Amino acid sequence: MNALARHRRLTAIWSSRPGWKGLFSTVNHNDVGLMFLVTAFFYFFVAGVLAMLIRAQLATPHSAFAGPEIYNQIFTMHGTLMMFLFAIPAIEGMAIYLLPKMLGTRDLAYPRLGAYGYWCYFFGGAMLLVSLLLGIAPDGGWFMYPPLTGKVYSPGINTDFWLLGITFVEISAISAAVEFTVSILRYRAPGMSLSKMPIFAWYMLVTSLMILTGFPPLILGSILLELERTFGLPFFQVELGGDSLLWQHLFWLFGHPEVYIIFLPAAGVVSTILPVMASTTLLGYRYVVAAAVALAILSFGLWVHHMFTTGIPHMGLAFFSAASTLVAVPTSVQVFAWIGTLWKGRPQLRLPMLHILGFFATFVIGGLTGVMVAVVPFDWQVHDTAFVTAHLHYVLFGGFVFPLLAALYYWLPLATGRARFFRLGEVAFALIFIGFHVTFLAMHFAGLMGQRRRISTYSPEDGWTAINLISSIGGFILAFGLVMVLIEVVLHLVVRHRAPRNLWRAGTLEWATAMLPPAYNFASLPEVDDREPLRADPDLPARLARGEGYLGEPNGMMRETLAVDVASGTPEHHVIYPGNTHLPIVLAAVTGLFFLALLLKVLWVAPLAMIGVAVLAWRWVWVLGRREDAGAVSVGCGLSLPTIAEVDRPPGWWGSVFLLVADATLFGSLLFGYAFLWTIAPGWPPPEWIAPSAIVVALAGVGVALSIIGPFFATRANAGGSNPAVGLALSLAGSAAIAAALVAMLMMAPSPTGHAYGATLLVLGGYGILHAIVVALMAAFLIARVRAGYTSPRRRAEIAILPVWGAYGGGIAVVILLAAYLPVALS
Amino acid sequence: MLAAAGAIVLLVAALIVLAWRRQPAGAKRGGERVWIFGLGLAFPAVVLAALLGFGLVIGERLMPRTAPDILRVGAEARRFAWTFTYPDLPGRRTDGVLHVPAGRPVDVAITTADVIHSFWVPRLAGKLDAVPGHVNVLRIEAEQPGTYQGVSAEFSGTGYDGFAFTVVAHAPDDWAAFMSGNETEARQ
Repeated sequence: MNALARHRRLTAIWSSRPGWKGLFSTVNHNDVGLMFLVTAFFYFFVAGVLAMLIRAQLATPHSAFAGPEIYNQIFTMHGTLMMFLFAIPAIEGMAIYLLPKMLGTRDLAYPRLGAYGYWCYFFGGAMLLVSLLLGIAPDGGWFMYPPLTGKVYSPGINTDFWLLGITFVEISAISAAVEFTVSILRYRAPGMSLSKMPIFAWYMLVTSLMILTGFPPLILGSILLELERTFGLPFFQVELGGDSLLWQHLFWLFGHPEVYIIFLPAAGVVSTILPVMASTTLLGYRYVVAAAVALAILSFGLWVHHMFTTGIPHMGLAFFSAASTLVAVPTSVQVFAWIGTLWKGRPQLRLPMLHILGFFATFVIGGLTGVMVAVVPFDWQVHDTAFVTAHLHYVLFGGFVFPLLAALYYWLPLATGRARFFRLGEVAFALIFIGFHVTFLAMHFAGLMGQRRRISTYSPEDGWTAINLISSIGGFILAFGLVMVLIEVVLHLVVRHRAPRNLWRAGTLEWATAMLPPAYNFASLPEVDDREPLRADPDLPARLARGEGYLGEPNGMMRETLAVDVASGTPEHHVIYPGNTHLPIVLAAVTGLFFLALLLKVLWVAPLAMIGVAVLAWRWVWVLGRREDAGAVSVGCGLSLPTIAEVDRPPGWWGSVFLLVADATLFGSLLFGYAFLWTIAPGWPPPEWIAPSAIVVALAGVGVALSIIGPFFATRANAGGSNPAVGLALSLAGSAAIAAALVAMLMMAPSPTGHAYGATLLVLGGYGILHAIVVALMAAFLIARVRAGYTSPRRRAEIAILPVWGAYGGGIAVVILLAAYLPVALS
Repeated sequence: MLAAAGAIVLLVAALIVLAWRRQPAGAKRGGERVWIFGLGLAFPAVVLAALLGFGLVIGERLMPRTAPDILRVGAEARRFAWTFTYPDLPGRRTDGVLHVPAGRPVDVAITTADVIHSFWVPRLAGKLDAVPGHVNVLRIEAEQPGTYQGVSAEFSGTGYDGFAFTVVAHAPDDWAAFMSGNETEARQ
């Protein structure tokens, strides 16, 4: 088979269906990544227009442009759209598109999950957009502090749009994070050990683990607040044992890591592009990785610095102040590693480099004002003033948008196969850089002069007129610059000016694909033994196209790739991906129906939608696998590997483990909230306690034991060639016992609407019951699979996933009962 | 703090610009030791330790401490007004204006009747939040008699723009008049 025939064959296997309708059924990362990026930039545009409205409003005193009702919606949506519908999805899109190419493989671990995440983002974003167009958008500020956002002070639907829409969108962040983690750990080119991984993949691995542990507190907070608003469970109402400070803790437990979740991928972009712009390699690769890991860990220790003015004792503040300043150290390691890289090489002022210089100038200033606000007494003055607004824009625009623009100019030729023709980019950069600094440098001074955040107007006597006008003019210059970037991208797509291959002379594998990359990325997979394989072997693209790597011979119509050992990158498994399907968009639509039912308060539809989700999820996994053993599959280069249905640790096992990391964080946040209310909230102890019941404990004990023993027996029986159905049935019975025990526990609990204590017990119990149902569905699914002949002693992968879930479902049942009964039993 | 920040920005900028300086081939341009350990780790560690210590000392000094002549007042926020009470004058309430003696430390016990607000008189102290169900104590002290503008500095919905109050610091004679119940005179 020659290179062209191989290309045609692989294209037929990997392509989405032709035409725009193909977008609805595509699962290929090349499509999904670009769909994420285009949608994210659309929201960047919308949120940018909102920013212009804000600056128009504040340009003059006593502005009659928008009243406070509308203005509150505008600034709330500006922050919300930028954070949740632009920054995070843009990162996801970039990583979905680039990671498989950089890692030298053909797709991410779970192609359908990526598409499902996109459609959740699409529908959830559409909900928020509709609220904006109808003038009923969220208006409580992007951090949504209750009780202002509670039912009493925000009776309208506005807040519900935020809580439900954002939670819906966050499904995409969690699913992308699981997908990235497993893909980076297991789906790489053969031979690519962790120490030879492209630096961007390291950054995305750290970011993904941060998303898995950073987003759940926000998701939990949103669920609790929505439960309070819809069902009157008083988590944040102080008169009923709640505490509004709980929201602030949950929000900033998410909110501070969020800043680094946005910054780290951008730092990965800088670490990738900057050495290429200086024709050298990154200085101190190992230390940069270590700094990124340190930054991730430290970032979870500083959420309280957003709460310096809430009355927390000063020595407590001292700890968080120290952590907040300490976080500057790993940042500075990275910054000086980058500058050292420039010194090591021969830097050239090409367009991506200009944006990286813009990043340096802006981000360093933002970092320094960040250190300033970490100093507690200083923060007491500038907190909630325009100074903080200016600081966060220096960090986020400097630390994210400039690197993103560098990335845009750097990788656009890869994605389109074309080069820039009109040289608008340099002018656009100048406008953006000048406009940004005029806007936000001025805003620092407005803050120091006492201008609060979020005011819709001010009077001439305040003395802020000139500084605000300057800031607004800067804002419009900035906007012109960004519009020029947009024009240039459009021209880039229209003007057919072919780019040479690997035009920046980079060393990473994404430049070893054709430009633009085919749906399958690589006609055959490279064997990697260098951190920059393309620099070590410039002839690599041609050799791969000739099929000289792994999987060079297409096998039927299967989408194939390899999974490797985590540390060494030795090829371990042969992977078959699912093809194009409408399942992701349908599942996302039904998931959306659930959120829509809650939003419009047609509550009876919500359980129906959940059943729909379960049915589709069943179908989702049912279509995989096969009914006969495949044995070792030849993957080329003289190597034969087991296929993923016939291993002990299939992709589903890995994905389950990391999904459960996020799930456990959510559960941990719930326990934190329980303990927080118990110890800090003023309205405790509650009027009545739960009555511990020995029957519940005994029933749950049986359930937990069966949940752990059942899957164990099933795996053993299957491996020994006998029927695993008995073990699976035991597991099913165990889940049923756990669910029954928890229902009984809740029936003996105080009313959930009377006090936050009862409300928390309800959520704890509900969490356990939900998991028992999920585990029961899994066991039932496996019983059906066994009966239909999808398992054998070799095809053991599906059964291997159940023990993980069984252990988790049993473990949380134990913790829930301890949390409910132990404090009462002891007192 | 501003000067030090400016100096660091200039240092970083200079290092970046100097990277473009052409050097003879093979010249040593600083290895990992200089960049990672020297500038990356040691430099910020020293600067930050100093800054942190400075902040802690200042912060401790601003904390409410016991002193012989402290006056206690209460401040309760609601959308959109502040009500001030005086434990030394049972029954006395003032709306929108807090009366304090000049030259004496005052502990303001801050709380709220509805949503979260924040008590901020920029010339007297930093801000402290009014959180439902909690009472936070802020130490303020006006050295000179006069009128000080205060605002609520936590977004509280429509009406937040103009949510302000005033602190009047009285000279000893005026304060005595206020204490004796002659509010009109004391208001000046």
